[in-house]
Amino acid sequence: MIKAPQAAALTLRNIGKRFGDYVAVDDVSLTVAPGELVALIGASGSGKTTTLRIVAGYESPDSGSILLGDADITRLPPQKRGFGMVFQHYALFPQMPVVENVAFGLEARGVGKTERLAKAREVLASVGLEGRADRAVQNLSGGEQQRVALARALVIEPKALLLDEPLSNLDPTLRQTTREDLRAQLHSAGVPALFVTHDQEDAFAVADRIALLKQGKLLQTGTPEELYNCPLSRDVASFIGRAVIVPAQVTESAAVLRVGEQSILFQATHAPGAQPPRGQSAIVLRPHSLRIAENGAKGLSGKISERRFTGSLVMYRVRLGDGAVVEVESKNHSYHENDSVMLVPGEKAVAVIDG
Amino acid sequence: MNDENRKQTWLIATPVIALLLWTVVYPNVSVIAGSFENGLEHWREFASSPSDREALTTSIVISFASVVAALAIGVPLAFLLGRFEFPGRKVLRAVAALPAALPPLVGVIAFLFLYGESGVVTRSVQHVFSMPEAPWRLSGVPAIIFVHAYTMYVYVFLFVSAGLERFDSTLDEAASGLGASGWMRLRRVTLPLLMPAIAGSALLVFMNALGSFSAPYVFGGGIRVLSTQILVSKLNGALGLAYVETTVLAISAIAGLLLFRWLDRKRKYTLSAKSSRQRRQIKSRGLQTLTAIGAVVVVILLVLPHLMVVLVSFARDGAWTTQVLPPEYTLDNYRRLFSEAELWKPIVNSVSMALVATAANVVICFLAAYLIVLRRFSGRKLLELLVALPWAIPATAIALGLAATFNRNDIASLRVLLVGTFWILPLAYFIRDIPLVASAVESSLKQMDPSLEDAARGLGASWLLTMWRVIIPAAKPGLVAGALLAAVTAVGEFVASVVLFTHANRPISMEILAQLRALAFGTAAAYSVLLILLVLAMTFAARGFEERIA
Repeated sequence: MIKAPQAAALTLRNIGKRFGDYVAVDDVSLTVAPGELVALIGASGSGKTTTLRIVAGYESPDSGSILLGDADITRLPPQKRGFGMVFQHYALFPQMPVVENVAFGLEARGVGKTERLAKAREVLASVGLEGRADRAVQNLSGGEQQRVALARALVIEPKALLLDEPLSNLDPTLRQTTREDLRAQLHSAGVPALFVTHDQEDAFAVADRIALLKQGKLLQTGTPEELYNCPLSRDVASFIGRAVIVPAQVTESAAVLRVGEQSILFQATHAPGAQPPRGQSAIVLRPHSLRIAENGAKGLSGKISERRFTGSLVMYRVRLGDGAVVEVESKNHSYHENDSVMLVPGEKAVAVIDG
Repeated sequence: MNDENRKQTWLIATPVIALLLWTVVYPNVSVIAGSFENGLEHWREFASSPSDREALTTSIVISFASVVAALAIGVPLAFLLGRFEFPGRKVLRAVAALPAALPPLVGVIAFLFLYGESGVVTRSVQHVFSMPEAPWRLSGVPAIIFVHAYTMYVYVFLFVSAGLERFDSTLDEAASGLGASGWMRLRRVTLPLLMPAIAGSALLVFMNALGSFSAPYVFGGGIRVLSTQILVSKLNGALGLAYVETTVLAISAIAGLLLFRWLDRKRKYTLSAKSSRQRRQIKSRGLQTLTAIGAVVVVILLVLPHLMVVLVSFARDGAWTTQVLPPEYTLDNYRRLFSEAELWKPIVNSVSMALVATAANVVICFLAAYLIVLRRFSGRKLLELLVALPWAIPATAIALGLAATFNRNDIASLRVLLVGTFWILPLAYFIRDIPLVASAVESSLKQMDPSLEDAARGLGASWLLTMWRVIIPAAKPGLVAGALLAAVTAVGEFVASVVLFTHANRPISMEILAQLRALAFGTAAAYSVLLILLVLAMTFAARGFEERIA
C-alpha cells in the first residue's frame, strides 16, 4: 500500500463560514493526526459537508485557517492541496473507463501514460478490483464504484483523505463489510483522514474519533466510547445512541433518581475535563443503564408498555410511576406488555449532564 | 466557492457578457434610440399611417390564427399516433415531422408550385372540373395561415407527443378506477398535465408566426405585415419609420411571450414517470379503413411539397407555362449550379457563413452554458437573460438592429462597419442561433454530476485539463446537436439575410428568390433540393453521433 513519506497533521483553526445570514460553520477547531480517522457527524444542515469542502478547498472560509503540518493552506486552491477526496455520489468520470478514472490524478501531475496506467492498475488491485480496470464506470455495482473512488483518491499519494458520506449509497449488507475494508485502507494510507457521515453506526465502526456538529458548532470531539459514555451535553447524549434524559440529584460520584417515594442510586461519571455538575442536574439513561430485577429487589416500579424483539436481546419500554418512559434491554425474553416490573441500576456508571 | 474560482468565473464571464451586450442588446437599443431620433415624429407617422396599423393588426391576427391552426392539427395527430394502433401508423409517424425539415423559404416555394395559381394541384382541379380559371388564389391572410399551419404544427405535434410519452399511464388508470369517464379523464387529468407541452409549443408557433417573413413576402399580395413592412420602409429610405416598426414588432413578441407565460403560470409539476403504455388497437373494421385512408391522405399531403420541389428541380427553366406538370425534364439545373461561377457563389457563401457563425456559437454558447449551469455568481441571471433574448426578438428586428449599429466605423460609440461586408450575415446567424446552441449545451451539462468538476480539480487537474477531459466530454451531445441545428438554420437562413445581404455575399435563400423572380423555377428548385440535402445530411450525421455515444 502507498505510504505518505512524511505525513503531517491536518488542523482546522476557528473555521467560520456563512452563506448570507445563514451561519453554516461556527468557529470549528479540530486536529486530525497522521493515520487517524476522524468522523464529522451531525444531522443534515449541521455544517459537516461545508466543513469538509472548506478543508478540501472548494469553499473559502470567512474566518479561521486550515493547516497542514505548520503550513497555512487556507487560500490554496483544491488542485494544489494534494488531498484525496471521495465524493458522496463518487463523481466518477462517466466517459472514462475505470483505470483512466483512477489514473486521472496522475495525468494531472504529468505522469506518462504507461506509468500512470500501470500504477492505477496496481492501486485497483489493492482494493480488489483488478478485473474491473477496463470496464465503464456505469457498469460497476455501488460497492465497486465506491472502491474506484477510493482508489482514485489513494493513487495520488494524498497528503490527507477526505470522504463525503462514503457509505451512504451502499445497501445495508454491503455496508458492514465495506466499513471494515474502509477502516483498514484509510489506516494503511497513514495520512489524516476526515470523513463526513450522518450515520453514527458508520462513524462508530470506522472512526478513531468522532466530531459532532450541530448548527455549525462543534459540540464534542472524542472517541466513540467517550461520546457515548460521557456526553458533554444533552444534544450530544440524544444524538449519539439511544438515550432517555431524566432529572436527578447529583453528587461527586453518584446520582439519585427519585420517582415518587422510590429512588435508586447510580454510579455517576462525566465527560473528562468538564466541570462536574452538582445538585439538581440530569443523567443519561442508556438501554443498559437499568435492568429488570429478577427477585423483587428494591428499585423503581413500572409497567411494560412495549416489547420489541431484537434478536439476542429484548428491548422493553417501561412506564415509571411519574409517567416517564425509559428503555431497558434485557436477555430475559419472558416479560410481556402490561407486566409490572421493578427496575434497578445496571452495572455501568451513568453520565451526568447539566440539567 | 473558493476565491480562485470566483476570480476565474469573472475572468470568463466578463468578456462573454460584454460580447452579448454589444451584439445582442446594443443593436436593439440603437433601434429604439433611432425611433426617437426626431422626438416622437416617427411614432406619430407610424400611428397615422393606415398601412402600418393594418400591418400590426394583420401580424397579430395571423399569429393567433396560426397558433389555433397548428394546435388543431398537432394535438389530435399526437393523440392519434401516441394512443392508437392502426394500419399505416408507423409511416405516418415517420413523416409527421417532415415539414420541419424544409428550410422556411423552400416550404413556401413548394406550396407555390403545388397550390399557387399555376400550381400542380390547382391546375389539376381546374382541368378535372373544366373550370375557366383557377379555382382559388393562394394569396392573402388565409394563404399565409395555411402555410404556417403546415410548417408549424410540427412543434405542437412533437411537444405533445413527448408529453404523452412521459405521461404516467397509472394516472389514467387511477382516474378510471375512481369512475371517471373517458371524456372526464381527458378534461381533468390528461389535458391539464399536457398543458405545459401545449402552452410551450403554442408560444413557439406564435413567435415564429409573428416573425415569419417568407410566407407573407411571397404570398402576401397586397397584404402587409410588420416584418415585411420593416423591409419596405428600409428600402424606401424611411429608416426612422423602420425603427418604429421594428420596436413595435419586438414589443409584440415580448408581449406574446409574457401572455403565454401567464397562461401557463400554474405549472408546478413535471412529467417524468416513464411508462410503457400500450397503444389501443382500433377494432371497428369501418373505423380502421377510415383511419388508414386518412393516414394515406395525410402522408401524401406531407410528402407532396418535398416531391414537388424535387420534381421541379428537374424541369427545364421557362418550359413550364400552362401545363399541369412541367413538360420537359433535364439535369441542366444541377449542372449549372456546380459549373457556373455566379450560381456556385451563393452555395459557397451560405456554407462558409454558416460555418463561421456556428463556430462562434459553439465557443460562446459553451462558455455561457458552462457559467450558467456550473458556476454561482451574481451575473448569472443577466447571462441567462442575454442568452435567451434573441429568441424573443423576431429575426427582422435583429437584422435591422445590426443594420442600424454596424453601419459605420465609430469606436467612440462602439460601432464597427460590418454592413456590406462578409461578416454581417455570419453575425446575424450567430445571434439568431445563440438560444438554440446554449440551451442544447445547458441541457447536457445539467445531466452532469456537478461534483465531477470538483473531483477533477481536487485530483490536481488544471482548469484547462478539467475542461478538456471532463466538462467538454459531458457537454458533447449538446454541443454537437446544437452546432448541427445552428448550421442547418444558418445555411438556409432567409429572414435576416433579406435585410442585410449584398450581391457579393448573397446566400442560397436570396438566390432562390432571385431565380423565382426571373421565373427560373427549375434552378430555384435545384437550390432548394440542395438545401434539403444539406439539412438531411446534417440531421443524419447528428443522429449517427447520438447513437455512437449512446
